[in-house]
Amino acid sequence: MVRVRFFAILKDRVGKEVVEIPVSGNITLRDLEEKVMEMFPQMEEYLRGRRLLVSVNQEFATPETVIKDGDEVAFLPPFSGG
Amino acid sequence: MEMVRVQREDFSIDEEIERVKKTSKAIGAVVTFLGTGRDISRGERIQGLEFEHYEGMAEKKLAEIRNRALKNFNVLEVAIVHRVGKIGIGENIVLIVVASQHRNDAFMCCEWCISELKRITPIWKKEFTEKGEIWVEEHP
Repeated sequence: MVRVRFFAILKDRVGKEVVEIPVSGNITLRDLEEKVMEMFPQMEEYLRGRRLLVSVNQEFATPETVIKDGDEVAFLPPFSGG
Repeated sequence: MEMVRVQREDFSIDEEIERVKKTSKAIGAVVTFLGTGRDISRGERIQGLEFEHYEGMAEKKLAEIRNRALKNFNVLEVAIVHRVGKIGIGENIVLIVVASQHRNDAFMCCEWCISELKRITPIWKKEFTEKGEIWVEEHP
């Protein structure tokens, strides 16, 4: 299982803070994003336009980053701290 | 007390400055940046704010900013405190304290720290306006 987290506006859009997605073997973040868009079409606008950053285990990731069982992936909309 | 923190409660600017000053007798300049809640944004009246953070990662990014600041600038100490949760108009949001031997290094470093905080730290602001709640998606 991969633990997928949504923050701020993405949490509101998806209507969930956390979802568990089963993965078999190693997949790339790009593969996981496809699964997420199938489950939540409202994520397409952000993912296709790259209007977000994605972290894997709390480090920034790229679509090529390899995801494995037990990882935590977070979808992070544009930051507005400070 | 950690030099970088994310916390719900307010902070004392005097106490944070004192903590930084105590770290070295070579400090001759302290520059602070204080971000506060304003009541206007993109022409809209703001009634209040709420900040959310990615617990763990936000703290890690603030620590990374401090470490890079200490490595890349000629400064002696850096403290960063960011609040989360509901924050009223006029209340403190974020404090950055930079100490150095001479003022110019502290001024430059402080500006870099707040810009980098806005760029890489997973913290989000929600504004409560007369028309409803809005997640802010840009950081001027």
